[in-house]
Amino acid sequence: METGKIKSKDLKMGLANQVVFANTLEELAETNKDILVVTSDSRGSGKLVPFGQKYPDQIVEVGIAEQNLVGVAAGLASAGKKPFAVSPACFITARSLEQIKNDVAYSDNPAVMVGISAGVSYGALGTTHHSLHDFAVLRAINNISIIAPADNYETEQAVRYAADSNKPVYIRLGKKPMPSLKEDDLNFEFGKGRKITEGKDLVFIASGETVYPAWLAAKELEDRHGIKATVVSMHTIKPLDTDLLDSLAEYGAPIITVEEHMVNGGLGEACASHLMQKGHRNAFVMVGIPDEYTVTGSQVEIFNYYGISKEGLYSLGKEMLL
Amino acid sequence: MTDKELQLKSVHLRKNILKYIYMAKAGHTGGSLSCVDILNVLYNRVLNVDPHEFRKPDRDRYIQSKGHSVEALFVTLADRGFFPEADLETLCQHESHYIGHPTKKVNGIEQNTGALGHGLSIGVGEAIAAKLDGKTHRIYTLLGDGELPEGSNWEAFLSAAHYKLDNLYAILDYNKQQITGNNEEVMSLDSVRDKLESFGWAVKEVDGHNLIALEEALNKGPLVAGKPSFIIAHTVKGKGVSYMEGNIKWHHGVPTAEQYQLAMSELQEAEALI
Repeated sequence: METGKIKSKDLKMGLANQVVFANTLEELAETNKDILVVTSDSRGSGKLVPFGQKYPDQIVEVGIAEQNLVGVAAGLASAGKKPFAVSPACFITARSLEQIKNDVAYSDNPAVMVGISAGVSYGALGTTHHSLHDFAVLRAINNISIIAPADNYETEQAVRYAADSNKPVYIRLGKKPMPSLKEDDLNFEFGKGRKITEGKDLVFIASGETVYPAWLAAKELEDRHGIKATVVSMHTIKPLDTDLLDSLAEYGAPIITVEEHMVNGGLGEACASHLMQKGHRNAFVMVGIPDEYTVTGSQVEIFNYYGISKEGLYSLGKEMLL
Repeated sequence: MTDKELQLKSVHLRKNILKYIYMAKAGHTGGSLSCVDILNVLYNRVLNVDPHEFRKPDRDRYIQSKGHSVEALFVTLADRGFFPEADLETLCQHESHYIGHPTKKVNGIEQNTGALGHGLSIGVGEAIAAKLDGKTHRIYTLLGDGELPEGSNWEAFLSAAHYKLDNLYAILDYNKQQITGNNEEVMSLDSVRDKLESFGWAVKEVDGHNLIALEEALNKGPLVAGKPSFIIAHTVKGKGVSYMEGNIKWHHGVPTAEQYQLAMSELQEAEALI
């Protein structure tokens, strides 16, 4: 297993969430022999080479054939196995979407789909390799939950949850090392947003790798202007923690949603839909990738361009309050 | 059950297919009539399944990839005692579980199918799981010829051969017709046998309406040890009703009262000849 190293003066930098996924699954697979990894020539990208070496009988390779990947995983789950189908998020939630919809969700075969290198993790590889649609398409499918963990702790917990779940789960992971967001409060609960900071002047609701820039922006707003913001890691996109949304809206403060996803159909729209229907009228801005040809560049460059960054979110927060 | 009783059952099942499609005013008539002999043989001679305790872990699996021919499956399951036949009077009605494609809400149905090109991959997963667990039950899938152009089938063919799944059987209901017309006009399949053999499957061709030949092909273990088995069942769309046989308009045609009576009397005659 790889070890973490300090990279940030703010938070202890950890591993890429997809490395934590692989490590956690490796640990669970030692005692739970029903756990299988199903890959589409993706064990390297999924950091699962050690898993395959250690448990050769617990890895099923299907080659580059994502439809079969998910169909086979559904069959394995139906037979009582606990398959984790692992493939880049861009492929597993698009090429094999119909298999997720019918063979997993509709047929209620509790496979776990793990979308690796999600969002714009692949950066300059371009739109073919970006998954900016996965929240939207899976939100519109019954009987599958969506988890986008922010840090290593949430990732480990999400994997443990999925391994025990008797329902279909999609876990969305990035490939960039992530810091531990809140080491003193380890309270992951599936379906419940996790408050990273608390404050009633402003609310950031973020998910996955965008929680960290939201946290950095919140810290900057407090340091420079005394603005106290709540930062929520809304790791479970579906089912959405609507109780938490209601309580956050009660602050009366502006709400900013942040996601590594197209704003159409993603976390922001899910939050907006609930808040509006419940009669909350907070100032509300969705930050994500707009409905346009995504700018080229690395993940960081794309984040910066669209304001999914410490600077972008700081400026937006300041603009909404000052 | 004697061979004669099995033959009589095929006629009975055909009558029921028409009865419930006529009652529901909906259904996939032609394809159900072409595959019903295969289902009759599977459920009455081949599959180790218990209607009263369907989910037994070691049961044989049957996954109907060509889900639209669900009426053939429904009448076969009802006849085998999975549920009361009277349930089929609700076919395609509001809030009924007996809809136009298989769903697991119906006792005896393994998977929710209907989107084409899905069943075989699920079967591959089931077959791999059985191999991993050292179990000896068999996995049968029924494919339609019209769904063979779906690329996912060919992904599944590759993986079944790669994993040497000789516990997996794919049966092709090869009636050579689909909704638009003949397979060869829509998308040429020739030669299915050559294609499957080159994909590493063991292939056997049978008359898909010859119950004894079907049983022999399906019930004697894998065609070749270490290979998945592909049974090409040559069938006739609309089989058993003269005016439906080979006529593409009966893909999902529903008979009028007059046509229904004619079909039933033809089947009555067929029954008398057995």
